[in-house]
Amino acid sequence: MTSEAAFLEHVQSGGVVEAGDPMPDEYRALLVKFIAMHGNSELMGVLPERDWILRAPTLQRKLALTAKVQDEVGHAQLIYRVCEDLGAPREQLLDDLLEGRAKFHNVFHYPTRTWGDVGVIAWLIDAAAIVSQKALLKCSYAPYARIMKKICWEESFHILHGRDVILAMMNGTQEQRELVQEAVIRWWGPIMQFHGTRMPAESDLVLQYRIKTKDNESLRQEFLDGYVPQIRELGLEIPDPALRYDEGEGRWLYTEPDWDELRQVVSGHGPASADRLELRRRMRDANAWVRRAVLADAA
Amino acid sequence: MIWEVFRQEREGAAFAHAGSLEAADEAFARAYAHELYGRRNESRALWLVPRAEVRTVDEFVDEFERNYRRVDGYSLKSRLREARERAGTQPD
Repeated sequence: MTSEAAFLEHVQSGGVVEAGDPMPDEYRALLVKFIAMHGNSELMGVLPERDWILRAPTLQRKLALTAKVQDEVGHAQLIYRVCEDLGAPREQLLDDLLEGRAKFHNVFHYPTRTWGDVGVIAWLIDAAAIVSQKALLKCSYAPYARIMKKICWEESFHILHGRDVILAMMNGTQEQRELVQEAVIRWWGPIMQFHGTRMPAESDLVLQYRIKTKDNESLRQEFLDGYVPQIRELGLEIPDPALRYDEGEGRWLYTEPDWDELRQVVSGHGPASADRLELRRRMRDANAWVRRAVLADAA
Repeated sequence: MIWEVFRQEREGAAFAHAGSLEAADEAFARAYAHELYGRRNESRALWLVPRAEVRTVDEFVDEFERNYRRVDGYSLKSRLREARERAGTQPD
């Protein structure tokens, strides 16, 4: 057996890998790409919410939103640290992100138009993300799996915050309920695209190496199982007439998501992609003097 | 500089490895550790250890089969039965 085949057998049978262990170059490269995209998504994912910190309806909401943003930036810190130990320096990861060579999740390429969007993001987008992240708790790369425990724990606060925002609006005025309904309509397409295309497990190397432990469609089904009933019980409509649970097939049927839109958006052509990256670039440049001062001081 | 962070969840609990962080100096390391690993009261105390100071021992070869140091080095069952038979106290 070649060492590559032995490694594959090791991870497929539940074996784990630590930072200093020998690993095939292919595995290391896949890890860095996958984990960096996760880190980028945490970092870019705060921007849609950042836009609403100054416009939050109450002080309590403003504080909760600020705390959520701090959590997500903290997640980016932890995740980039894992990449660094795999040999990818943080500065390089940020260069790749800001120069458009690296990706971040589709849902963070869209604008947040109303406070209803903020609620739907914290509730449904975070729920979709938790489904993915829980499937990483058993990742073959142990340093990543370990930080995922902390990340999932903190994400559960975000869902609570999101549900609280949504319930306040649904129990409020007709206008508030409409804001939520409109947000669900706006976000449903991107949410259905979020977990990615249906890909046969055999051809998905990330799955083969047990970097993630569930395929895209299983994750989407899990999300629908958990959240379609929660959305409907509030009297909200989901903008997909074909969406229904098929008892015979034992799964959710739905209108085919717009995969062209997904490809367009994640390659940096979403409605807010350019603005978000521009803001990050500006911030990085504007704060460069702080990093220089701190590092010079420490040297 | 990279620091390894250990977290104590409750009084009396063991410190367990929580993760690592990169910081320019000790003052920043303390601040980052506090923010990354302790801002929700999930930690009672943190230990910060420069990664370069960590020493690893991971060779555990038992060349002399010293099974008397392990629980699987003792099989008392059959000998207990024999002793009970000798004493006439073997339960039915």
